[in-house]
Amino acid sequence: MAKLILLLLNWIFLCCNVAAVFEDQVGKFDWRQQYVGKVRFSHFDSHMQSSKKVLLASESNVFAALNTRTGELFWRHVDKTGPEGNIDALLQHGQDAVLVIGNGHLLRSWDIGVGGMNWEMVLDPGSFRSACLVGHQGAVKHLAVLKKTVISLHYLSNGHQKWVENLPESETVDFQAVYSGGNGEVYALGVVPNSHLAIVVYSLEDGEITKQVSVEAPWLSSIPASCSVISRGLLTCVDSTTMSLYTLDLHLQLEMTQIPLQTLGLDVDPGFRPSLVSHQPNPAHPPLSEFLLQLGPEHHLLLQHNDGQIVTLRDYKPALLASFATAGEKTVVAVMAPKNKTACSINLFSAETGRRLLETTLIFTVDPNGGKPEKLHVQAFLKKDDSVGYRVMVQTEDHTLTFIQQPGRVMWTREEALSDVVTMEMVDLPLTGAQAELEGEFGKKADGLMSMVMKRLSSQLIMLQAWIAHLWKLFYDARKPRSQVKNDVSIENLSRDEFNLQKMMVLVTASGKLFGIDSKTGDILWKHYLENIPLNAAFKLMVQRTTAHFPHPPQCTLLIKDKDTGLATLHVFNPIFGRRSQVTPPALPQPILQSLLLPLMDQDYAKVLLLVDDQYKVSAFPSTKNVLQQLQETASSIFFYLADSGQGRLSGYRLRTDLSTEQVWEVVIPTETQKIVSIKGKRSNEHVHSQGRVMGDRSVLYKYLNPNLLAVVTESTDLHQERSFIGILLIDGVTGRIIHEAVQRKARGPVHVVHSENWVVYEYWSTKSRRNEFSVIELYEGMDLYNSTVFSSLDRPHAPQVLQQSYIFPSSISTMEATLTEKGITSRHLLVGLPSGGILSLPKMFLDPRRPEVISEQSREENLIPYAPELIIRTEWFINYNQTVSRVRGIYTAPSGLESTCLVVAYGLDIYHTRVYPSKQFDVLKDDYDYMLISSVLFALFFATMISKRLAEVKLLNRAWR
Amino acid sequence: KMARDLSFRVAVLFSFLFFGFINFVCCNNERRVGDALETDFSGLSVPLEHSFELDDTAKFVVRGTLLLKTGREPSVALSQNPLSEEDRVKLKEVAEVDGLYRIRVPRVSLQADRQTEWQVDGYLTAFVRACAMVESHLSDVITLHTDVSGYLIGVSIVTIPGACRGTKVEDEVDLEVFNTTLSIMAPVNAPGPETSLFLERMEQETEKKGKNPQEQKSFFAKYWYLILGGAIFLMVSNSAQPPAGGGREQS
Repeated sequence: MAKLILLLLNWIFLCCNVAAVFEDQVGKFDWRQQYVGKVRFSHFDSHMQSSKKVLLASESNVFAALNTRTGELFWRHVDKTGPEGNIDALLQHGQDAVLVIGNGHLLRSWDIGVGGMNWEMVLDPGSFRSACLVGHQGAVKHLAVLKKTVISLHYLSNGHQKWVENLPESETVDFQAVYSGGNGEVYALGVVPNSHLAIVVYSLEDGEITKQVSVEAPWLSSIPASCSVISRGLLTCVDSTTMSLYTLDLHLQLEMTQIPLQTLGLDVDPGFRPSLVSHQPNPAHPPLSEFLLQLGPEHHLLLQHNDGQIVTLRDYKPALLASFATAGEKTVVAVMAPKNKTACSINLFSAETGRRLLETTLIFTVDPNGGKPEKLHVQAFLKKDDSVGYRVMVQTEDHTLTFIQQPGRVMWTREEALSDVVTMEMVDLPLTGAQAELEGEFGKKADGLMSMVMKRLSSQLIMLQAWIAHLWKLFYDARKPRSQVKNDVSIENLSRDEFNLQKMMVLVTASGKLFGIDSKTGDILWKHYLENIPLNAAFKLMVQRTTAHFPHPPQCTLLIKDKDTGLATLHVFNPIFGRRSQVTPPALPQPILQSLLLPLMDQDYAKVLLLVDDQYKVSAFPSTKNVLQQLQETASSIFFYLADSGQGRLSGYRLRTDLSTEQVWEVVIPTETQKIVSIKGKRSNEHVHSQGRVMGDRSVLYKYLNPNLLAVVTESTDLHQERSFIGILLIDGVTGRIIHEAVQRKARGPVHVVHSENWVVYEYWSTKSRRNEFSVIELYEGMDLYNSTVFSSLDRPHAPQVLQQSYIFPSSISTMEATLTEKGITSRHLLVGLPSGGILSLPKMFLDPRRPEVISEQSREENLIPYAPELIIRTEWFINYNQTVSRVRGIYTAPSGLESTCLVVAYGLDIYHTRVYPSKQFDVLKDDYDYMLISSVLFALFFATMISKRLAEVKLLNRAWR
Repeated sequence: KMARDLSFRVAVLFSFLFFGFINFVCCNNERRVGDALETDFSGLSVPLEHSFELDDTAKFVVRGTLLLKTGREPSVALSQNPLSEEDRVKLKEVAEVDGLYRIRVPRVSLQADRQTEWQVDGYLTAFVRACAMVESHLSDVITLHTDVSGYLIGVSIVTIPGACRGTKVEDEVDLEVFNTTLSIMAPVNAPGPETSLFLERMEQETEKKGKNPQEQKSFFAKYWYLILGGAIFLMVSNSAQPPAGGGREQS
């Protein structure tokens, strides 16, 4: 027994390859970026003059506070995804911020200073409509929440309900807005579309209905879209069909007053839906009598209600955006107007008079690779001389936040699009100009000996020059204090490092913005916003040409496909600079079913991309003569598969020489019992170093390494816990042969699958035991190999041996991926993203179906770990120590130039990059390697040999004389 | 010993499970044409069709009849016609241009309740290279796969040997009769985590530990002589005398 324990311990020590990070290594090889998501609500903390916080509530259900000086997060709260955690409203008063969450399910109050929660209240069920702060006698102590059928009033201090009242006639009237002007009354405004407006007035004290009126308004359909309350309870609406403003005094009138826009000398842009914006600086006081009216995409107006009259204070045209802001007692209007193509100017106007404030111009440079400005968040403050100063946060279509100070200095930008990365690739950086020059020499045709020599000399000279410049820089920097030395990474000086550890990360986000990020520092080196991306687009990013083919620039192709129509477009770009490529992509008039990147290359070293349309016709990109000729030659060996999960149909096709296709196999899984949920092939850049495994008796068990193998996962349509199952099919993608078919009974998805080498690992939920389980399938050819030189799916008649084993995993998982190294010598690890935010590096060794139940001499010889049903999560296996990655959705792995090192990027709400060493750094000297000792020993030995040689010579001579 | 016994039993069980789902049926050159339907086999008979054309278009013709025995343990039998003279020539021609030899079976369910008639609900197709078919002298292995509910989901065909080496088949007789190995496969039940066996093993180990008092001796009880030897060695070496025999235990 003791031996066994010792053995176990030994194994554990052997297996714990992931060494923990030393404290001084934190952040040396890894970085993390935290995001918020597309901003829905924002509030500048203005209760303190010196405050530097801005509160953001996003569409990703995140509530955060940013430092306005640096753009960094003070704190962040990540709620549940989906409608459960949806933030419906953000109200801020003083130190408190109140959120309405999950369609009016929860009310939460946060202390904005430290980000701690003050209180949380569960509200009565009912779909949320509106919420507002209610002030009375100059103090704000309550907030009102309007739901479909009820209105409730809560204390701001502890969330307790003061009163809750049913809304009258809530079956017919759609209550949409709640308003309070600080006079002890709460107004609930409802509408019967195209008929009338219902106003119910509640007393603040006890919730009693003090007044209930209905007003004719046949033109009105939605209150928040077209109405706003201004001044002392004057409901003002705008309607585009009648081209009029309507006003209604909530206290006195019973009928709306129509003011045609013509009488004000105004006109609505055709096809534009006008909107109204009012401003209530303090909930305890009525809103201002000034309001903003937007009449066109570039037309805003500042209007004032004065003694029953509407007066135009100022007409802003052209103006992209306009927004109110209050500092102290003064309220200003910030208006953004287009200046030229690349810049916009923002000016401040006094809200009372509409006069432009002097020296308040601010220039906002529009990024040509970004989106248009969408929202203007203004932080106004009083300067020492009592004039108003301001900073703005501009939100653009591509979810970017830019914080600008006068006169146009960008203090920070945040790319919130990165909170929703869809797919990514890592591309090698190019060689430096000089290196490339040297490399380029070999590719060119020889043109005479003399010129070749000259060329070589000149390029060597350039290299020498670069080296001297580098030395000079080192010397120059050495004199400067360390803090000032900046290693600025810019696109110009990007070059590959010795071990290819630094790469360009190309990220594609759901908003359609592409990013190029330096993997070493995490700096965004380029960004490119693609406009007109459909909302439900699917993206596929492919590297057509790597950086290895100088002078041809590297080339990436992004396939953007509308999931509904199937229509696709291609965006071809240079992954290092982000620029659109010179190559014009083909127009794709037909819906695209499948795309595949062939290993064939055209004469410019670009891999050929095949696109299969819904007529099963194939088009190639690039489609030069050379490519078409190559395709014709190899057509009979190009197979591809199509999967239709709706019909459960998997079918294989072969390319014909005329670029049409023929169906060669078909497998149909009946959709009544199960549906296909995922299909995983192997990664094309994966290398497997050893063809087999050496067994305890020194024989070799050969792996079944079929590069065309597909792992198809199905889930049963019957979700009853006794009858539900998961099906795993291993299908050869060329011949359609079902290599293995297994069902995991009493199991349910979501299933996460990793397919690599000769194994498939999947994770599922066991409904019988109510736990997460891992299962591993390994395929072996047996003791002898059928054909050791080449693998062909068409010529492997024998079915492989299939081994399978399952394990209990103590946590649910979010995503899973396998490590990848240059040559595949390093042992493999599985990288498991956990919902807790940890990324676990689980050695594949533990997921091995050959783990013996009973230890024998042979299994010991083979270093197999005895079977244990549970996989234990060891804390030292977390590769991201305390750098939690929220909502991790995907993990990307890429090989580096070092065999031991694999680059890992985990993305979700956050982005985290690190390196992992699955078999430790066997090819790298340690940081604390003792160079002094080894060199002194070497020198000592060298001298010792010299001396002893001399002595021996002398001795020989002496002997000879004797 | 117990443990080994157990694992052996498990292995037997698994192999039993495995073979339980595979029923090999070997059919050799039954020369009867089509009249195999009226045998004592109670089940479903579906056509097995094949196609080999010079231009690779699919023109399926009946190759034989599959007799599927439905029910809990499905099995399959095949009766097929020999290739005609014309077909043999065509197959060789197709093999020369590296054409495909395709087969197809209709999608049917092997469940007992819908056994009598089958409607054409689409087909399942598979292929091999025609040259492989020729060079293997029509020795093929056809496997039918069913899903959990007994529905046919796929068919696969391989030839043994599978390679095309370009060897000429001169004798026409070699291409006359199919030498088909036919099997039907249902999905294997994937194993769950083996907790009971593991617990048993753990129990055994604790029992063994309990039985064997040698294992339970304390550290001092086990190694007292080494410690004593070490102590003597230390004492001896401290007294600056050359050690005589103290070091022996140490080494």
